[in-house]
Amino acid sequence: MPRTKSKVVRSSLAKAPTGIQGLDEVTGGGLPKGRVTLLCGSAGCGKSLLAMEFLVHGAVQYGEPGVCMDFEETEQKLAANVASLGFDLRELSKSKKLLVDYVSVERHEIAETGEYNLEGLFIRLGHAVKAIKAKRVVLDSIEALFSGLRDDTILRSELRRLFQWLEEHKLTAVVTGEAGEQTLTRHGLEEYIADCVIALDHRVTEQISTRRLRIVKYRGTSHGTDEYPFLIDREGISVVPITSLTLAHKVSTDRISTGIPVLDEMMEGKGFFRGSSVLVSGTAGTGKSSLAANFTGAACARGEDCLYFAFEESPSQILRNMRSVGIDLEPWVKRGLLHFHAMRPTSIGLEGHLAAIHKMIEKLRPRVVVIDPITNLVSPAGTYDVKSMLMRLVDFLKVEQITSMFTNLTFAGDPQARTAAAVSSLMDTWIVLRDSKPGGRSRRELYVLKSRGMAHSREPRELIVSDRGIELGGVLTDYSSAPTAAGLSKVVASE
Amino acid sequence: MKKSSAKKRAPTKTSRSDFYQLRLYIAGHTPNSMAAIANLKKICEEKLQGKYRIEVVDLLEKPQLAKGDQIIAIPTLVRRLPPPVRKIIGNLSKTESVIVGLDLQPAR
Repeated sequence: MPRTKSKVVRSSLAKAPTGIQGLDEVTGGGLPKGRVTLLCGSAGCGKSLLAMEFLVHGAVQYGEPGVCMDFEETEQKLAANVASLGFDLRELSKSKKLLVDYVSVERHEIAETGEYNLEGLFIRLGHAVKAIKAKRVVLDSIEALFSGLRDDTILRSELRRLFQWLEEHKLTAVVTGEAGEQTLTRHGLEEYIADCVIALDHRVTEQISTRRLRIVKYRGTSHGTDEYPFLIDREGISVVPITSLTLAHKVSTDRISTGIPVLDEMMEGKGFFRGSSVLVSGTAGTGKSSLAANFTGAACARGEDCLYFAFEESPSQILRNMRSVGIDLEPWVKRGLLHFHAMRPTSIGLEGHLAAIHKMIEKLRPRVVVIDPITNLVSPAGTYDVKSMLMRLVDFLKVEQITSMFTNLTFAGDPQARTAAAVSSLMDTWIVLRDSKPGGRSRRELYVLKSRGMAHSREPRELIVSDRGIELGGVLTDYSSAPTAAGLSKVVASE
Repeated sequence: MKKSSAKKRAPTKTSRSDFYQLRLYIAGHTPNSMAAIANLKKICEEKLQGKYRIEVVDLLEKPQLAKGDQIIAIPTLVRRLPPPVRKIIGNLSKTESVIVGLDLQPAR
């Protein structure tokens, strides 16, 4: 976070950025500078990784060397873990940016014969801090001391002294602790830490795992009490940031083609607004993906980067299927304009998907994003408020002026299913596709149910998908049930 | 007793199996450190006359030595010889625990 010299900023709490995507937003700039932060959670929840990232990013990006006192893993093992995130621990320690001290505490080799204190630990830490002029410290996990030393009273008073020592030396520290059954940490470390406590959680429900982060306490900073989903992947941790939900983003008057001339025609002859969100809903086989692919192809032809999230088919399958209807996306993939990102909807939780989507968008900064289909993401089965997360995503896309298209599968007889209704209020444009059989001939129909900020056509047209691509026919006059906007809008009355 | 600087290596080959090489880690002249030195000297004189060597390491002077023997607590006594290495912590006031901890054979 850039530091300004304004009085307002100076009077607020100084922060040490973690460099972890999303976490700095959630904490208003990072962890409290010169203070101790407790990071707690059960085994395998990502505590050590988060702590290490804080340290490595500090050393690499923010010019703050760091010391890690690791009570669990040896220097070699830790080096291997950090290497998986693309950092060379050996190089970092050679250039005196990072120092790891493995502290082995094994009860069976220690007999206690009278009074003692933990001055040895203090000396080691002090020595390490001095050696590289460290500004950051990680103690992972200091609770190992409880299993190694028998005298709880000495240990507790020494821990208190240790945390004081860290603050006296103006070190920004992260202390990890294993989650307890009734308490945040097994040995009640939270009693000693007044400034910042962050809890990580890894839940598996119905075989789908979701990781969440919650700021339990952060003195002097207003913070959300929400649980933020986070991801762990090859690049480490990323937290889904809470973008401002104020509707203050700039709207564009710039228009972009839908990829179908007649559809552009239906929308004042200009197509979608740039940065708007488009929902394409329809029953199975009505051509939702084709429409999305066509839109993508048109964007690529304008030289715009596109990111296509596929939840049902592999990229190669999509490419093959689209070729069969005359849409060749392969050249755009080869030219690096079109990026596919395929995920199985069940591989990670809903929040996880949204987190992954967020991250990819941040990384590639495309002009157009397609999510095909969104159906699985908005299923009402999600315990967490998926809609609010989706709102965050849509909001984020709008702020970034990224035009987005979401396809949504609906079921016959219920074209405006509840899921679609839940999502539609977030969408600027809603295109409905459907099958119909007037006079025994089967055909596909398309109409624009709504499109904010423009005078659009409401008349249905035939959607013709052939090996020459997607085309729209003339206005249909013989459609069975009139798709009056008024009638259909009942579903979205909450809008 | 003189404080010897930490020697790199003990004369393993020449030492007999009942020779005790002990290293006591302290941090400045605190009451616990002073007590540990006195207690250790007394126990050794009683149990290991002529068969021991004590080396006192003050970590305030040589903090870099704390890592090698994995020192956390002060005072810590490390039995470097005979093998295996044993570690006991505290001011060594509980003589029985020291004897057990160092696995001292009763004086013959």
